[in-house]
Amino acid sequence: MRGGGARGSGSSGAGVREPSFEPSRGGAGMACLIFTESCFFAAFIVAYLFYAGRDKSGPTPWQVLELGPVIVNSVALLSSSVTVVFAMRMLARGSIGAFRGWMLLTILLGAYFLYGTGVEWTKLIRDDDLTIATNLFGTTFYSLVGFHAFHVTVGLLLLSLVLVLSLLGKVESARDHRRVDLLSWYWHFVDAVWVFVFLTVYVIGRQPPGGAA
Amino acid sequence: MATLERTIPVPRAGYSGILEWIATIDHKKIGILYLYTTFSFFLTGGLLALGIRTQLMSPDQQLLTAAQYNAAFTMHGTTMIFLAVVPLFTGFANYFIPLQLGARDMAFPRLNALSYWLLLGGGIILYASFLPFAGFPANAGWTNYVPLSAKQFSPQLGEDLWLIGLTVLGFSSIFGALNLIVTIFALRAPGQTFHRLTLFAWSVLVTSFLLVLAMPFLTVAGIILLFDRIAGTAFFAVEQGADPLLWQFLFWFFGHPEVYIMILPGFGIISEILPVFSRKPIFGYKMIAYSSVAIGFLSFSVFVHHMFVAGIDTPLQTFFMASTMLIAVPTGVKVFSWLGTLWGGSLRFRTPMLFALGFLATFTIGGISGVFLGSVPVDFQLSDTYFVVAHIHYVLMGGAMFTVFAGLYYWMPKMSGRMLSERLGQIHFFLLFVGFNLTFFVQHQLGIEGMPRRTYHYPQSPEWATLNLVSTIGSYIIALAVMVFLWNFLYSIVLKQGRIAGDDPWKGDTLEWATASPPPAYNFARIPAVHSARPLKEDVAAH
Repeated sequence: MRGGGARGSGSSGAGVREPSFEPSRGGAGMACLIFTESCFFAAFIVAYLFYAGRDKSGPTPWQVLELGPVIVNSVALLSSSVTVVFAMRMLARGSIGAFRGWMLLTILLGAYFLYGTGVEWTKLIRDDDLTIATNLFGTTFYSLVGFHAFHVTVGLLLLSLVLVLSLLGKVESARDHRRVDLLSWYWHFVDAVWVFVFLTVYVIGRQPPGGAA
Repeated sequence: MATLERTIPVPRAGYSGILEWIATIDHKKIGILYLYTTFSFFLTGGLLALGIRTQLMSPDQQLLTAAQYNAAFTMHGTTMIFLAVVPLFTGFANYFIPLQLGARDMAFPRLNALSYWLLLGGGIILYASFLPFAGFPANAGWTNYVPLSAKQFSPQLGEDLWLIGLTVLGFSSIFGALNLIVTIFALRAPGQTFHRLTLFAWSVLVTSFLLVLAMPFLTVAGIILLFDRIAGTAFFAVEQGADPLLWQFLFWFFGHPEVYIMILPGFGIISEILPVFSRKPIFGYKMIAYSSVAIGFLSFSVFVHHMFVAGIDTPLQTFFMASTMLIAVPTGVKVFSWLGTLWGGSLRFRTPMLFALGFLATFTIGGISGVFLGSVPVDFQLSDTYFVVAHIHYVLMGGAMFTVFAGLYYWMPKMSGRMLSERLGQIHFFLLFVGFNLTFFVQHQLGIEGMPRRTYHYPQSPEWATLNLVSTIGSYIIALAVMVFLWNFLYSIVLKQGRIAGDDPWKGDTLEWATASPPPAYNFARIPAVHSARPLKEDVAAH
């Protein structure tokens, strides 16, 4: 991102104190976007917790949610936060080839997460008869997890766009590494939010009958 | 005033005529679009209010049916809050924040245009509910409580349009606020530290953070209710075990910050106007700035005071009662700082100043009645009565709309290059001040006597008729006052009969007065360098 905004380079402003804190437009914009997105997720998480354990009919989370596959999924998604860091380092250093490799790995890990979610949902819908209209659990589960999956999808599209642009030779280290870095902020956010979604849905919300919920 | 050299961007050959306005990404043109659009919605909401007051003129008027009355107050509240007050301030912020920062545009000019067009689109969707195909407009009140707004009780398409419209408006607000935050952080002129920002910029900064953090909760609430209505989800399906309180929690977690979203920019405008017309620096600059921040934080911790009668535990009630009392403190700090600004100043009673002083009086009444309502036992008695209606109008009309008019008189010369007529302005002010107090002061008494809000007739209580008639007469005086303003605008600005303003007609000393009226497309030929919160004052001192 072009930093500095309206800062002049002139010499006539002798004695002018520079603003103490002047972030780039892109950095401030992405930070604000992450603030506001966090609130969207917070609202869905509040709805989930508000209704956890208050269903009048099944299926309940304890009956149908399986931890095994979702843990594998989570490991894939959280690892992609590590690989995207390596991709950014490579870009900053100017090794475009390594950058492309790490980006591809990031995209594959994210895509695996989406695939895993698809498998989980297929099972829930086909075998367990749980749809978004079945009960409070179905309603809050699909909306929260689906809202997150939507963000993963957007992130994957943007990461793929950058990868394609770099394959076309349009990504230059010196010019673009800061703005591509902003995309990695977004990707870290999507991963970090998953930790909260996971805790809400698979830990707090998945209590055995007669448990704390 | 020192300036720094920067090349003036050469304007590209663009469109002309109406296409110029549709395609524009200039923050000043977008600001003007905002102001025209939102003022038109203000007039529309005002017509609905006249319908409401005419219906209540006597105990059993036949102007509106019960359902039409419900739709009228629903659309009145929704329009005034989401299409008038909030985006009117966004319009001012759009036009004046870059000027006050010494910037050439907003941080993201295209996003800025998107925010405006989403606003217009959301407004059109909302008003499309009056068309025959929509069945009937939404009529569950501006708070749109479930289950009244669920499919079962509001089956009409108009309710869906209300929810879709509000979602679109929510995104408009979020994008606009994000843009303003980034602009204030990243585009300040050299030397403009945070302690040299204008107080209007401070208040817009806090407001924008509130919007970015609070608006998502309303947007999500609206979307999930829409899901319930269209996709058959169970968010508010009571028969499935759902709890209508979820709507109230999400709505008011947004709704109380929203109250401050609607008043903080007004505080900012007042903090600009009072020093200029008192010929004194603002008293307590830092206290005003920091109290805005304090209000911003506290505004997230008071929301349950809207729900005292909804079945909330006593410890929670006590907590929210205390925090409501607490938020009066930073507001009081501001009021006393404004009084301190007036003290010993050489006051000039021009129209912007009159509106600012009128605001001080009426807003203080609204603030104090808010402390009454924040007290749980009093709230039990007064909740959903006309006392609440009186309170909210003292805050939003006597508070926010007075500052909007103050801002229009203060900044119109900068935006148009011409002065509004002072004589018509004074008539406007006195008619509005009298009409406003006539309309709403008596409603406190009606509320104490037990008149419920949202009632379309009261044949069982004919003793309320006199005060209601007074209130209705007052509302027609308000309408007259607004017509005087429209005539003033038409005569002075549109027909170009107003005096030429010059760069700095009020001798203001913030940066927007350092450029021509109206400002050129690039705002400043040279980006000014700033040494204090009052850059133009330095200029005078230096020569």
